[in-house]
Amino acid sequence: MSTILPLTMTNVAVRRRGKRLLGPVDLEVGGLGLTIIIGPNGSGKTTLLRAMHGVERLSAGAVRWSVSEEEARHRQAYVFQTPIMLRRSVADNLRYPLQLLGAPRAEVSRRVNDWLARIGLEERASLQATRLSGGEKQRLAVARALIRRPDVLFLDEPCANLDGASTRAIEALLRTALDEKTRIIMTTHDLGQARRLASDAIFMLHGMVHETGAAERFFGTPRTDELQAFFRGDIIA
Amino acid sequence: MIPRILAVLAALTLGMAALAEEMKMAVTTSFENSGLADVLLPAIKEDLGLDVQLLVVGTGQALRLGQAGDVDAILVHSRAAEEAFLVEGYGTHRREIMYNDFVLIGPAADPAGIAEAGSAIDALRRIGTAEPAFVSRGDDSGTHKKERALWAEAGLSPDTFGAWYREVGAGMGASLNTAAGLDAYILADRASWLNFGNKGGLALLYAGDPALFNQYAFLAVNPERHPHVRNDLAVQLENWLTGPRAAELINGYTINGETLFIFNAKSQ
Amino acid sequence: MNDIYDGLVSAFWLVVTLDADLLEISLRSLQVSLSALVIASAIALPLGTFLAIRRFRYRRLTISVLNALMGLPPVVVGLIVYILLSRSGPFGVLGLLFTPTAMIIAQVIIITPLIASITHQAMRELWAEYHDLLISLNTSGWQRIKTLIWDGRRNLLTASLAGFGRGIGEVGAIMIVGGNIDNATRVLTTAIALETGKGDFALALALGFVLIALAIGINISIHWLSRTEREGRW
Repeated sequence: MSTILPLTMTNVAVRRRGKRLLGPVDLEVGGLGLTIIIGPNGSGKTTLLRAMHGVERLSAGAVRWSVSEEEARHRQAYVFQTPIMLRRSVADNLRYPLQLLGAPRAEVSRRVNDWLARIGLEERASLQATRLSGGEKQRLAVARALIRRPDVLFLDEPCANLDGASTRAIEALLRTALDEKTRIIMTTHDLGQARRLASDAIFMLHGMVHETGAAERFFGTPRTDELQAFFRGDIIA
Repeated sequence: MIPRILAVLAALTLGMAALAEEMKMAVTTSFENSGLADVLLPAIKEDLGLDVQLLVVGTGQALRLGQAGDVDAILVHSRAAEEAFLVEGYGTHRREIMYNDFVLIGPAADPAGIAEAGSAIDALRRIGTAEPAFVSRGDDSGTHKKERALWAEAGLSPDTFGAWYREVGAGMGASLNTAAGLDAYILADRASWLNFGNKGGLALLYAGDPALFNQYAFLAVNPERHPHVRNDLAVQLENWLTGPRAAELINGYTINGETLFIFNAKSQ
Repeated sequence: MNDIYDGLVSAFWLVVTLDADLLEISLRSLQVSLSALVIASAIALPLGTFLAIRRFRYRRLTISVLNALMGLPPVVVGLIVYILLSRSGPFGVLGLLFTPTAMIIAQVIIITPLIASITHQAMRELWAEYHDLLISLNTSGWQRIKTLIWDGRRNLLTASLAGFGRGIGEVGAIMIVGGNIDNATRVLTTAIALETGKGDFALALALGFVLIALAIGINISIHWLSRTEREGRW
């Protein structure tokens, strides 16, 4: 199956109330693997991610995929920092994205059951999703994003506020997704997680892409002073 | 959940259809409040197989309903208005059915002293002089029109009265409730008064003057003006109302042993 | 106070003897108000939801108008419907005046703005919660409305029940367009007005108590019906 990649961003900028939140950014993401976006608070990580996903109104520039925008929209998914649970059962939350596509009933049930098993929530399938714990909610959110088998998965700080066990569970899900050739782009604050997962990385600063590179080089020999300072844990003004 | 609720709703909302012949007749509140309708309607249903649906309104609105063609016939008691209705071509003709009488009600202590009045006009003059609280229907009904006519005969105009004269703009029952609450005088039809359950400190103070007689007439709505009206049913009803069974029921209807209506339809 | 006591006693006897007139009047009240509720909900729930999720040019104005319509005096609605449905009015040929259908029409007009407005409030909150997810999933406008209506159904139930309460307790409009015809368009509220007019306060109160009991009963049973599905949050 052809992929919607590469993603090309040209001269993308986001301004709100006269303040520049992002850009101008020129960026291309292709191939396989997991791209980590890091950077200090307010550096524009989330805005960049949302701009890629097409849910942020652009003030300038364009985001293009190798296919039409309409088709690309269907073949990507996004996991929010605070998982958004539909006020319905766990199974119905998983079913929802497939129902939107009008998938055949048998196929839907098969995939829902498969994913319930993968995230270890079979026993809670009929529980109201809003009653899950934080870790369970995030697992469900990731599963709900992956159930459509998207070409690209975006995650915004998926493990913020999660304990070690929950973080490991999420990372395991992401590794499986990578094995199944899903391209992943995520932001994180956790440099350990960044090192564990990244195949390449983007360092954001003041709304601009400050440094990019393959993971080994990026984490091993950062080129810019700011990235070195960031790795040391300095506060970057 | 949703299908279950819908099923319950559907079960409840399924119509209750009655399949007898139906016609609509506008009648005055005083007629309905008398309770006579409860005697006549079942008999009509029995004899004619006809469901007469009563719209209980003031004479003013009853005439409007006839003009608009929203009812098939009207039974009211305001001769001048009825004749105007005929002149304008809204009805075919006017047929007198029966009469009852109006009575003057007031506080049992009778501060205006109308119980000793020599005539209805005299009674109203006494009220006009003493100026006790007086409740008027004020709704352009037959009773209201009668009251205005009586004031005019007494040489008085309610428009010049002070705050003691209260137009409540309501039906007979509601007006009687108001009068009971205010301990006020009021002109009412005898039937409504006898059937009224909340008399409070009120009493019947004056009655019997022929000037207080109250003629009811039946008018079928003109089918030339409103082709959809059931004139055939209206004619049947008129024949029944002027016939022997109606005469017997009307003359025989009493409340607390008092006769309310006198049948006076002339056979054609 | 005596009147209230007499009313309670009469109400008790009317109910335990299953008074035929009472039964008929009560059923008609339910028939009219439930029909109006179903129709009004079918209009108001999607409309209120639509207003919550869609930005368009006259949205604020529409919402203001809706909130203003909530306060429509029923008597005025009744009068307008009366004039429209009268034989000499524009819809006179339908012959609907003084029928239960006319009463349903009037009640739909009265309760639709109320249901739509409460729906709008509830859906705005839910939409704020769901907004990012539904945008991300690339849902169509209609899919969004369906999702919000389904997941917000408990709030919408509350909105509908508020409409039902207003409908079944309403007297001004249905008195005018229904005419309070015995055996045809008499419902609980118009019967209460009639008995009050006759000065029979005990019977009027008895009917009033039956009306209140009916409204409470419907509320409880609808909540119960909807809860058997699943223990959820309210």
